[in-house]
Amino acid sequence: MLSWDFLTKMPEDGMTKGGIYPAIIGTLYLVAGSMLFAFPIGVLAGIYIHEYTNDSKFKRFMKLMTNNLAGIPSIVFGLFGMSLFVKTLNFGDSILAGSLTLGLLALPVVIRVTEEALIAVDDSFRHGSLALGASKLITIRKVVLPIAMPNILTGLILSIGRVSGETAPILFTVAAYFLPKLPTSIFDQVMALPYHLYVISTSGTKVQESRDMAYGTALVLVLFVLILNLLANALRRYLGNKVKMN
Amino acid sequence: MNKIESKNVHLYYGDFHALKGISMSIQENTVTALIGPSGCGKSTYLRLFNRMNDLIDNVRIEGDILLDGRDIYKKNIGMRIDELRKKVGMVFQKPNPFPKTIFENVAYGLRVNGIDHRSFIEERVETSLRQAALWEEVKDKLKKSAFELSGGQQQRLCIARALAIEPSVLLMDEPASALDPISTSKIEELIYELKTKYTIIIVTHNMQQAGRVSDRTAFFYLGDLIEYDDTPVIFTNPKDIRTQSYVTGRFG
Repeated sequence: MLSWDFLTKMPEDGMTKGGIYPAIIGTLYLVAGSMLFAFPIGVLAGIYIHEYTNDSKFKRFMKLMTNNLAGIPSIVFGLFGMSLFVKTLNFGDSILAGSLTLGLLALPVVIRVTEEALIAVDDSFRHGSLALGASKLITIRKVVLPIAMPNILTGLILSIGRVSGETAPILFTVAAYFLPKLPTSIFDQVMALPYHLYVISTSGTKVQESRDMAYGTALVLVLFVLILNLLANALRRYLGNKVKMN
Repeated sequence: MNKIESKNVHLYYGDFHALKGISMSIQENTVTALIGPSGCGKSTYLRLFNRMNDLIDNVRIEGDILLDGRDIYKKNIGMRIDELRKKVGMVFQKPNPFPKTIFENVAYGLRVNGIDHRSFIEERVETSLRQAALWEEVKDKLKKSAFELSGGQQQRLCIARALAIEPSVLLMDEPASALDPISTSKIEELIYELKTKYTIIIVTHNMQQAGRVSDRTAFFYLGDLIEYDDTPVIFTNPKDIRTQSYVTGRFG
């Protein structure tokens, strides 16, 4: 089932033949979009909460909120995204709406991962830098972040894995079962692997004959996540060594 | 003018009265040892001079703390904190080199001050490593990670790092307590040599060390400054009975 054609061709003949290329592309766009949103905001929020707030009540409140947000079922995110991005802000069913919704889903995870990476950086490094007359900002940039980065990036890659497999958030915000061409703007709809898998297995036009395609799609999705996890591991080992050297 | 002076300084951690009216002046190019049992306030007192106590929540400080006659805590006419910390360097109890190369560790203070002139930095790094008696041991491996050094070498690296920005005062918080005896004596030698260029305040638990390296010694107990005098006097002819009990090892 898994052939080069499968990965690079458009679906044909009512999804019984051809490939899932547009779904792969769509998933990649959505993942990239969501990370573009969640990564900078999440990391900055994590830095702010851990390094700049002194009040432990505030910190505990933020921790509670982040944990709660991380546990909200993804379909709720989907409905929220639909209501805010698709309807109220009028983005329509689009890559933009889908990315933002997925980004929101990933945000609490990125914040938490960043916080934990920062907690793991021993205070003695901060003190050493401050005692040399460096400002807090420079200390964070030149000493703390480089030490925390391998852990933050690992968390990022893992959340990519999670986001790429989510169906509910994209259900009402971007996903389409079949589009004849690839998207050309962020306001276009897009196909995506998890949604594709869902529909092709349940309510497509020729469910029985498409079964093979469905299994193939599932395999691609699983491999995608697996490769990302391996990448996360490798990156973290490489960066972990680099941190000692720079 | 006294290099460093404190006038009736009180410090509270929340409700805890950690320093009770400390008045003390320190002359330039001397080594002053702060001794006393655990929890007596000597490290807290040390940290006043580079305002590292500011990092702790709920700290309240009263009194005057002067460096070269300038109050370092007053908001408007005082000194900016980063200015202060460039004049007053600190070496911590446990060596804390950054996860960077040996060279970059020493260069750090220069770089964060906006200095990026390569040959200037290289020169300064060498000078500092020589002053810290570490140059010969690391000159061929400046690009190696600081973590590859032994504990004693790491601590001397931290001293070099502090010296690189040419402070006038060096604060040392039990700099040798985490090190083996040979490293310890190397560092004590170092302190003796550095005295000619810097004013050094050293907190130590080690009485013999205080006796070996310092010109004057201050004995702290439960937040009070009990006695402050020339080192030989403190150790052989102290005026206060508590000082005498402490230096003869009867408690602490």
